[in-house]
Amino acid sequence: MATKRTVEVELSTTGIGPDGKPQRIPLVAGGDGGVALQAPPGIEPDLEGEHMLINIGPQHPATHGVLRLVLELDGETVVRCIPHIGYLHCGFEKIGEYRQYNQIIPWTDRDDYLNCVGNNIAFALGAEKLFGIEVTPRCTVLRVIGMELSRIISHLVWMGTTCIDIGAYTPFLWSFQERENVYNLFEGWVGARLTTSASRVGGMAADIPDGWLDGLKAFVRTFPKTLDECDRVVTKNGIWVGRTVGIGVMSPEEAINYGLSGPMLRASGVDYDVRKDFPYLDYETYDFEVPVGVHGDVYDRYLVRMEEMRQSVRILEQAIARLPDGPVNVDDPRVILPPKHKATSEMESMIHHFKNVMEGPRPAPGEAYVAVEAPKGEKGYYMVSDGSAKPVRWRIRPPSYVNLSAIPKMVEGHLLSDVIAINASIDIVMGEIDR
Amino acid sequence: MMHSVPLLLQVADPQLPPSPGMFVLFGLIKAGVAFGIYMLCVAYTTLLERRVAGWIQDRIGPNRVGPQGLLQPIADGVKNFMKEEALPATANKALFVMAPAIAFVPAMITWAVIPFAAPLPIPGVGLISMAVADLPIGFLFILAISSLGVYGLTIAGWSSNNKYALLGGLRASAQMISYEIAMGMSTVCVLLLAGNVNLNEIVAQQQGQAWNVVLLTMAFFIFAVSALAETNRVPFDLPESESELVAGYHAEYSSMRYSMFPLAEYANIITSSGLMVTLFFGGWDIPFTQWDNAAPHSVVKTLVTLGAYFAKVFFFVFAFIWIRWTVPRFRYDQLMSLGWKLLLPMALLYITAVASLALALDFAGVVRTSMAYTGAFLAMNVVFVVLVFWVLDRGRIVSPAYSRIERERLAKMRLGAERSDLLTGKGA
Repeated sequence: MATKRTVEVELSTTGIGPDGKPQRIPLVAGGDGGVALQAPPGIEPDLEGEHMLINIGPQHPATHGVLRLVLELDGETVVRCIPHIGYLHCGFEKIGEYRQYNQIIPWTDRDDYLNCVGNNIAFALGAEKLFGIEVTPRCTVLRVIGMELSRIISHLVWMGTTCIDIGAYTPFLWSFQERENVYNLFEGWVGARLTTSASRVGGMAADIPDGWLDGLKAFVRTFPKTLDECDRVVTKNGIWVGRTVGIGVMSPEEAINYGLSGPMLRASGVDYDVRKDFPYLDYETYDFEVPVGVHGDVYDRYLVRMEEMRQSVRILEQAIARLPDGPVNVDDPRVILPPKHKATSEMESMIHHFKNVMEGPRPAPGEAYVAVEAPKGEKGYYMVSDGSAKPVRWRIRPPSYVNLSAIPKMVEGHLLSDVIAINASIDIVMGEIDR
Repeated sequence: MMHSVPLLLQVADPQLPPSPGMFVLFGLIKAGVAFGIYMLCVAYTTLLERRVAGWIQDRIGPNRVGPQGLLQPIADGVKNFMKEEALPATANKALFVMAPAIAFVPAMITWAVIPFAAPLPIPGVGLISMAVADLPIGFLFILAISSLGVYGLTIAGWSSNNKYALLGGLRASAQMISYEIAMGMSTVCVLLLAGNVNLNEIVAQQQGQAWNVVLLTMAFFIFAVSALAETNRVPFDLPESESELVAGYHAEYSSMRYSMFPLAEYANIITSSGLMVTLFFGGWDIPFTQWDNAAPHSVVKTLVTLGAYFAKVFFFVFAFIWIRWTVPRFRYDQLMSLGWKLLLPMALLYITAVASLALALDFAGVVRTSMAYTGAFLAMNVVFVVLVFWVLDRGRIVSPAYSRIERERLAKMRLGAERSDLLTGKGA
């Protein structure tokens, strides 16, 4: 009796056949409702054609990390898609319960590792809400600079990898060169390139060094040119348009129902940006536009992200112009370490230093949730304090995770090649999804 | 007694064809030399590709091994020979081992009939044709042999017993068949004008009239696109498409067996470039002069035309590389629709147009070598080019949403899969 092989059957396991060679042993349903490992006698290709099961990832060049997609293919058409996650699970949220607030910041580097500075700042914003701290004007502007720079590098990685996924290799290297420039800036600022840990509760890890703004100005000047070059290579390219238009369409209603956020949501035509709708830092005082798509397909997502990079440059220009002088860190001995020379010469400073390092700053009991517009969508940090130096709960709302949940909806019915394009357009980071 | 002098020692006029013995001897010499140069070119095309890619991508590229990286191909070759050869346990061993050779050899054999310079007069021997084998059926031979290359890819994909490789192999075969036809049709126009399938005659026809790229512009476009598809290069690199099928048909290959595939690809690039030059860019002809192709032939003429031929081939090899690092990749259905729905009908229409025009001009008594003849064809080509590239715009040629199947069909497909689902116990 002919049967179609389906996901569950093929998923089963591999075994050793009678001739000693590896062989796939499908799962079959036993009479008692359980499953057994044995090849059913009826398995043979039927005349309608056999569905092929293909496993993309967790080690595949186009899954952007360790995402695993199990695809059931009819020819090359995807009939079903089952995403598997968890290959990068590190338990960030649990570890956070055993760390002081400033010690959690390095973990935020690692959840969305393409948006480190943005995460650092978002977490610090949440902790400051718990502590009831208002940061200094200079710190606010520096944080805007940090967030927009990390938005740019995250989008650059997205652009480069998307181009590779759709077959154009060259823009990838162009975008990574610009990304290097931003990493050089980060290195000059906080000493680290990828895992920056740039923020602290009540301020930043460091003020920007002398001459740093000149480097930023040079970047702001040259970066749009690179963007224009990439634009010329792909945006109007017939093949690129053919590969992306009408692919992976999400209607505005579907996008909202799936809880999408960020460029994914905006490409579907929903005008929602946390920076505009629930402003944090002082984004309401900046003059920038939020690009909104119309069709909700891969091409619109591409256009939205490209425009967001240009708007980030606008914000950076304004931030450079308004950066005030003054201290970066708040004058609050509860959370900020005193200068080293005071810690070794003044009694109170030494006590503050000791308490801060050994016990850690203690917020009042309560809870705080802060959402920011991360490059991938609405990124939230939720923390609950019981008055101790460590949060009793720390949760992340990872935008990639929520956005990825729509992938079966988007890919089913498309071709195998489209799966790669759609997956790229979601812009996932597995560190954030698996946490 | 004169008739007892061995054939090989006969003194011959250098402007006349050689004696049969000399023909065989020099045939072997030509084959050896051409093979050596060809392999060298293939090896150095890999270096050229990497350096040009580096140039396009604003980086340096390999420049460590030897001056400017000139020894890189040798280092790569040694490295590939030293690597371990993995043979998948479930592969069909005989076919798995054979496939790389099947992919590589046809590209090389094709080269045999392409003339690459003006005939070389050798005193005491005769006039040696500068094609390894100046076959009377020249172009038919190319069509026959170049189709064989796909077997290597398909067999590699199938014998690996790997799903990605299988998909790659299937894509390769479908792609080759589709574009082989468009390619063959586009060359029919060339054969119509030349009135011959011998490649030397085709070159001679272009020397007499204008290059075929002027006379048969659309055929050239069709041929160029098909040649890109035949060589499996971006934008037609679907059989190996790294980001989708990991490495496609050669996913399971390693060591020298693997590098036979890239070598076959580069060999194909050179052969396709050589064909484009021969069919559409006058072969070894030097434009705006009849000096190079008029008798008496001399060594200087041979060397100069050889240089001209190499320069033209180099340009097309460079163009192949340039295209690869510029454009994205087609999707499978777009590739098919481009081949079957656009290139093939266009080629057929073009054949009709060319044949009608040639017939009309012959009836009107226009001399083939006259400017009027060339002008008439040029005018027709302008009409075609405008029609295709301005009226039929790119966005419509490659329709974006072919792959989106109807929701009802999807639902039906999923229902079918559901019904026979073994876990529900209904299927078994």
